[in-house]
Amino acid sequence: MKKIALTAGILLASTSIYAVAQEAAAPSREGGFGLGREALPEEVAAWDIDIRPDGEGLPVGSGDVWTGEELFVDYCSACHGDFGEAVGRWPVLAGGFGTLDGEDPVKTIGSYWPYLSTVWDYVHRAMPYGAAQSLSDDEVYAITAYLLYLNEVVDDDFVLSNETFADVEMPNEDAFFMDDRAEVELPLFTQEPCMTDCTDGPVEVTMNAMVLDVTPEEEGAGDDAAEAEEEAAPEDTGPDPELVAAGEGVFRQCQTCHQVGEDARNGAGPILNGVVGAAAAHVEGFRYSPAMTGAAEDGLVWTEENLAAYLTDPRGFLRGNRMSFRGLSSEDDIAAVIAYIQASGPAQ
Amino acid sequence: MSDETAKPTSRRKFLQGAAVATGAVATGQMVHAQAAPDPAITEMQPWQQYLGAGVDASPYGMPSPHEAHVIRRNVPWLTADSVSSINFTPLHELDGIITPNGLCFERHHSGVAEVDPGLHRLMINGLVDTPMVFTVEDIMRFPRENRTYFLECAANTGMEWRGAQLNGCQFTHGMIHNVVYTGVPLRLLLEEAGVRTNAAWILPEGADASGMTRSIPLEKALDDCLVATHMNGERLRAEQGYPMRLVVPGWEGNMWVKWLRRIEVGDQPWHHREETSKYTDLLEDGEARRFTWVMDAKSVITNPSPQAPILHGPGPTVITGVAWSGRGSIPRVDVSLDGGQNWNQARMSGPSFDKSMHRFYYEFDWDGSPLLLQSRAMDSTGYVQPTKDQLREIRGENSIYHNNSIQTWALSEDGTAENVEVG
Repeated sequence: MKKIALTAGILLASTSIYAVAQEAAAPSREGGFGLGREALPEEVAAWDIDIRPDGEGLPVGSGDVWTGEELFVDYCSACHGDFGEAVGRWPVLAGGFGTLDGEDPVKTIGSYWPYLSTVWDYVHRAMPYGAAQSLSDDEVYAITAYLLYLNEVVDDDFVLSNETFADVEMPNEDAFFMDDRAEVELPLFTQEPCMTDCTDGPVEVTMNAMVLDVTPEEEGAGDDAAEAEEEAAPEDTGPDPELVAAGEGVFRQCQTCHQVGEDARNGAGPILNGVVGAAAAHVEGFRYSPAMTGAAEDGLVWTEENLAAYLTDPRGFLRGNRMSFRGLSSEDDIAAVIAYIQASGPAQ
Repeated sequence: MSDETAKPTSRRKFLQGAAVATGAVATGQMVHAQAAPDPAITEMQPWQQYLGAGVDASPYGMPSPHEAHVIRRNVPWLTADSVSSINFTPLHELDGIITPNGLCFERHHSGVAEVDPGLHRLMINGLVDTPMVFTVEDIMRFPRENRTYFLECAANTGMEWRGAQLNGCQFTHGMIHNVVYTGVPLRLLLEEAGVRTNAAWILPEGADASGMTRSIPLEKALDDCLVATHMNGERLRAEQGYPMRLVVPGWEGNMWVKWLRRIEVGDQPWHHREETSKYTDLLEDGEARRFTWVMDAKSVITNPSPQAPILHGPGPTVITGVAWSGRGSIPRVDVSLDGGQNWNQARMSGPSFDKSMHRFYYEFDWDGSPLLLQSRAMDSTGYVQPTKDQLREIRGENSIYHNNSIQTWALSEDGTAENVEVG
């Protein structure tokens, strides 16, 4: 008996390649399992931050366009540009009107987003990039008002508040419709497929990816970078190569905002070439916080000691500065990353 | 534009390898004949003679060092930085239907959240009888299920809408992985809180710095969604949402909220950033589809492909690839060698799970002539994967998301393959 049952089991297993038997779902229990606990009202309030198109979830508050501009320049422009035009490949936030049916649609808050609530919610929950949920409600109202102004939805004297919120209509709201693939596509694509002589004569290649040549290279690229780094490293007096190598790993935490090296450009943070030993706020063309320029006027110099203290606790070292980084807790990491920055910047 | 000398090293190596292989055939020598004894046989190899590493050398284990090239890869020009970015599963290096956890593509919006499981909480609030808080330990005490599902980013193949662009199935189709999830049915957690009768939607939210949110119909939440804690037997990797993530079978990857910390129950959708500015499909007339959740049936030939040329020359050749559908399973895949003029039914192999990847093979004797390789999936509802032109006719070229069209690889006489468009 036992043997027969076993054989049947094997047979079942082999046919299951083509038809998996319905497995019983995990069972519910009448009245629940009694697991978890009731959430306290304060706990729900702390996390329940979402906003809906009808305004549900909006806190009491307000902000005007010009306050919003100042905040935007401080917190947002490093990635999005002063006027929402965007830096590099960061999202464009303004303009793009009349482009959606063309070859190069520009999907911005003004040209594309259907609801204002989405702007408020997203700025509040996820921005500024790297310091999420650090803005006050009034600041979010003000930045949202400025974004509406940049998109020509409101005039410059507009004040956005939980009360004026419902007055704003987004230009592209009516251009969205529910997924209609079931009606439009499925009937077309659910037909017995052709197996022979399906095209009018031989097909020809009409476009080649190799011609476009945008695919990342698999080999060589990494080696080249390593070689370039070796060349850049000073021969005699430079930092310990092992420390530099360790610092390269630590620097990954910095590279969201900072670049260092020959082709470095300012990002959310300034380039770091030559920062060790330089005066604070020394990079031309980077918009430092008032706290940082103030410290520079007071004579702050980025000695290794000062840098180490700053990297340990950025906010504690200089209150009001905008580096949204929690800090490095390991002295070894700090020494390594400073060595890496020193070794990687071009010779001064 | 690229000329022959500017080709990547790897491509030159492919060409050399192919030349050697075809050379052997051209001399008329059977591949079985061996002119001189093979040193791999006649000489003692070190691994045959000396002791290998002990059991403690690699307590978690790593792939063979000879497979060090099998890694996720990024396309740096796609995004502004590597934190809010995506990398790609090396489909051409894998076989079977399961993606190893370390190779599952990553997509983060504010980097990988490193969550302390002891401090992680899952809250359910909104239109429920009792707003609830669960710890990870609480979640592990609910009944759980094991299910195999694919997770595909809606933008997978999105760079190919306007034509052949990226030269490798890792880059054109690698925003997908397929693993066995262990998780608690979301239904059980919602039942624990007691969903009110006017509830119609849920809003899952992530604990990362992007606070990821998507609106999901309650019907789907109660049907087959899971709160997963494990993938392929081990705990979720941090980059896949440790300690818990939402599993939304068959629907676009963005909805599978990672580092899941809150689920709000409501009577209307929230229309948050990801489902307005992002995961909506712009059509040619400037109007846009929203709530395009289901992933349509799709397939791709993984070998040969641009990153995986044929190095063996003419003779017995295995074409293989993967197929999947958000609406069911894949009973059939067809393969064309001539750009879609004629088709041959492929051989399906391995488990055939609902909303999971399926593996297909097509074996034939390659005569060394150029081929235009295509695969075409048919799912269990009878939906047949469309051509690029069929899809463009309906959607234009601006949709970015949900490009499930048939892919073409041009195979040359030397065994190299290239991403092309045919007409």
